Amino acid sequence: MFNDRTAKFLLLAAMMICVGGAFAPNWIVNQFMFGFSRALAILGLMVLWRTGLVSFGHAFYFGLGAYAVAILDSKFGVSDVFLRLMAGAVVAGSAGFLIGFIMRNYRDIFFAMLNTAISMVLFGIVVKTESLGSTDGFAISASTIFGLAPETKYPLFVIITLVGLTAALLVNFYLKTTFGKLTTAIRDNEIRVEYLGFSVAHAIHLKYTISAILAGGAGALMAMSLGQVDPESMINWTVSGELVFVTILSGPGNVIAPFIGSLVFEILRTYAFELAPQAWQLIMGATFLTIIFFLPGGIWSLIEKLGGKKNEK
Amino acid sequence: MTNKLLKGALGVAAVSAVALAGGIAHAKDAITIAVPSFLTGGAAGPFGIPAMNGAKMVTDAINAGKLPAPYNTKGFGGATASVIPLDEGGGATKQVAEYRNLVEKRNVDAIVGYISSGNCQALAPVAEELKQFTIFATCGTPRIFEESARKYVFRTMGHATADNVAAAMYVKEKFPDMKGYTGINQNYAWGQDSWRDFDLTLQQIMPNTKASGKTQFPKIFAGQYGSEISAMSLDKADLIHTSFWGGDLEAFIFQGNARGLFKKKIGVFTVGGTAAYRLGKKLPNGLVLGARGPYGILVKDRDTVLNNWFVNTYKNLYGTYPSGPAYQYGQAILAAKIAYDKAGSDATNEQLADALRGITFESFSTTIEMKLGNGHQAATENGYGITEYDSENGENVVKDIKFYPASCVLPPEGQNSVDWIKGGMKGAKC
Repeated sequence: MFNDRTAKFLLLAAMMICVGGAFAPNWIVNQFMFGFSRALAILGLMVLWRTGLVSFGHAFYFGLGAYAVAILDSKFGVSDVFLRLMAGAVVAGSAGFLIGFIMRNYRDIFFAMLNTAISMVLFGIVVKTESLGSTDGFAISASTIFGLAPETKYPLFVIITLVGLTAALLVNFYLKTTFGKLTTAIRDNEIRVEYLGFSVAHAIHLKYTISAILAGGAGALMAMSLGQVDPESMINWTVSGELVFVTILSGPGNVIAPFIGSLVFEILRTYAFELAPQAWQLIMGATFLTIIFFLPGGIWSLIEKLGGKKNEK
Repeated sequence: MTNKLLKGALGVAAVSAVALAGGIAHAKDAITIAVPSFLTGGAAGPFGIPAMNGAKMVTDAINAGKLPAPYNTKGFGGATASVIPLDEGGGATKQVAEYRNLVEKRNVDAIVGYISSGNCQALAPVAEELKQFTIFATCGTPRIFEESARKYVFRTMGHATADNVAAAMYVKEKFPDMKGYTGINQNYAWGQDSWRDFDLTLQQIMPNTKASGKTQFPKIFAGQYGSEISAMSLDKADLIHTSFWGGDLEAFIFQGNARGLFKKKIGVFTVGGTAAYRLGKKLPNGLVLGARGPYGILVKDRDTVLNNWFVNTYKNLYGTYPSGPAYQYGQAILAAKIAYDKAGSDATNEQLADALRGITFESFSTTIEMKLGNGHQAATENGYGITEYDSENGENVVKDIKFYPASCVLPPEGQNSVDWIKGGMKGAKC
């Protein structure tokens, strides 16, 4: 599990980031927390994308994770970071497992739109329900770690980095197993996969559930690092679109890509917002088009090119 | 290569030396004020842009020392302020992230603005956590200062309770025969609070009227109200209360007007003021119109030096009369100047907050007493009027304007709005 290039690089990078974070100014620590939280969801979408499936509704799981944290906090006063993370991942994962029974039968645009539909149902329910915070959402109290309330954000930053590392290692490992290798096989030819003796439906169901768990965890971490949830920023279709945007920006080449892509996205957005308060969306859109036209493999393909394919798994 | 490196290093050293020197200097010559408002989306045109215009106009005038007396000293405690405009769109969560960037990355000195109650409610605890001097200009939910005590956050205008208590009183005065009422309000803090206060007040002062069981709560920025308009047309209630604002307000007026809704029912628009200048002839006659206080069209003809300066300068600069948001942002900037003048341009956040807490000052259109919420929440008068199109001059006017003093429409210090109204509005001096 730890003896390929990617795993070694991940371990080294995580260590350096954790150390560096202790000296970095607050706003950079924030960018890393937001970026790495989102990267978890991108990791899941990447697994789906390798299978040839694009979901335009993963804000459903992202939002479930975030709202699980918010409701645990506001109704039950749970503030432990690990309980919150578990809750987000378990709620989203169970929902993903159940919905997976339907989703595994659909492909292409039908898969994408059915996911959107489900996410918009949740969005509608939350927006209309005053006890779920309607459009305002909830403020989330600071997270505690085993009963201790840290003074700075640094401990949460380390936890997010380590969770990201663990998820990346696990997904990297999974993609190397037989079941994991079915991803590209399914994309290329489903019938052949069936003839090899594997159930395509089962394989897709598993990947879908994995992506739901990851998106739920991402939502939970994002809610904790931001300290606020609202449906517009957590469940709306624009959030699903954002997740797909970052997935394409990152590229499907390697499990490291989602982390780099998410960071680039956060920093890009911060500066676009700062430099062009009236036209920041234009900058984001232009970047997206540039990536699609010139870097269809995402940022990762650029890294591969520069590194002479050294990092390829 | 080494040459380049050397040059780069020298450059960095020079820049840091300048930065260091800047850091040591005492009384500051320049401050930065972040002004968030809606710059994108449906609320930008009617609300966000006039608000930003008002803030910029007043800041420029203060920098040049051109405001009328007693505010004719130059700058903010002598310092020149630059405005950093910021988009308020995208939801409360995004605003929390951006707020942190403003404080931790861009190191702004003061933050003055915010229109949406949802944003203010999310940001108040963050401002307290970061100990950042912040003045909310427009947002209206009373919860901000009633739910917990604030140290660094201020609001320089009255809150939703004043708007809706005044609306109910105006209705009682002008439409004593009204039998039943319904409402259409956005489903978030602002809409929910507005409806609750209006409904509770009418229960107190017009106990013979009845609220409809089918009040409408569409999502904020929905833009389409076909089904809600149908439902309200069929409703027996003869009055419709709405706290819609910005693009939603205009969409609702267009769609309701096309179907004759305002011919059948009395429309009470607590934030209608912005539509009066923008919609012209398309604004129906006979609407009960508020501007969330003494702002915009309600005070256009108020003849004071400060108000004349505000109206004329705005008209000259932007070609229209200033609406409510322009006044509200303008007076929030003015409050920042007063705080800086008192505490000095190099004041800490604590000193600025101390300087603003509990003071009374003359704003462009009214007197502002920071006397609620431990001196953090303003109390002002509140008024309503009835729209009429003046075909001679080709503009909308508001007739039968009546103002209610702050002590009449706001709860006394320390009391929660809802409890105060439910208890029969004890201590109200009208």
